[in-house]
Amino acid sequence: MTVLRIEAAPEDLRIARLSAAAIALSLAEAAIPLPLPGVKPGLANIIVLVVLVRWGWRDAAWVSLLRVFAGSLLLGQFLAPGFFLSLTGALASLVTLAAAVHLPARFFGPVTLSILAAFAHLGGQLVLVRLWLVPHEGVLYLIPVLTLAATVTGLVNGLAAAWLLQRQPYPAAPGEHSPAP
Amino acid sequence: MNAATATPHWRALLRPGDVLTLGAALALCVFSAFAFWRGAHADGVEIRARGQLVAHLPLNAPRTLAVDGALGKTVVEIAPGQARIAADPGPRQYCVRQGWLRQAGAVAICAPSEVSIRLTGSRADHDSLAY
Repeated sequence: MTVLRIEAAPEDLRIARLSAAAIALSLAEAAIPLPLPGVKPGLANIIVLVVLVRWGWRDAAWVSLLRVFAGSLLLGQFLAPGFFLSLTGALASLVTLAAAVHLPARFFGPVTLSILAAFAHLGGQLVLVRLWLVPHEGVLYLIPVLTLAATVTGLVNGLAAAWLLQRQPYPAAPGEHSPAP
Repeated sequence: MNAATATPHWRALLRPGDVLTLGAALALCVFSAFAFWRGAHADGVEIRARGQLVAHLPLNAPRTLAVDGALGKTVVEIAPGQARIAADPGPRQYCVRQGWLRQAGAVAICAPSEVSIRLTGSRADHDSLAY
């Protein structure tokens, strides 16, 4: 009999654990009634930011995209318009974050990363909405509300991520290596 | 973990550049409100009398025009970027009291005279959005 044994590397376990936290936040958020279509707190992005600052962009991309796919499967949104909006937003923020992590860390903390990611998220989604879902100028009328929402959620999520990073500056779990300086 | 890091220090969570980013984000919000919530710019006026389109004139030069309505002459005045009904023989003068129209899609109707003016713009305007 052949025994198939899958060995997960410590990095895999870490990404899986953090993705699970992000997915849990997505599910919790789906239960919150929302005032306007498109306005969401984006709590899972707190995890993505912490991962980005502590372990780098590659891990953040894994967590962010796993969150989009698994979260949409759990909510029954997979391949529905909401899934593509989520995916476009996540990809746009990841591209922006890839550039933004090179900002000098002394002056620009998680709050900057969070606000930039929130605006990239919004921008990517607006392009998709305008081109595909609502090909009409009326979408533009929502932009001021959406940018204000992006600013507020970006600030709050950034503060939450900064607080988590400050509280627990180094990973405590066994089998993990310290972050690169 | 020591006591100093156990409680949040809100000031320490914001770095100098973060304040800049936040300011830029708020500036973008204000800018977008001005850019997208300002009514559509009008560039022409359509004048109708008794169901017929009498004239479609640009709003770039001042001009006064008398139109034959059901009750007599209705006077339409055009100024750069705006238009109004200056005089109408109708009994209640609603269209005259509406004053200058400036946004695309704005309408003044003199019902008894069967005369109306409507501003046109390059951008299509809408009454409402629904989901």
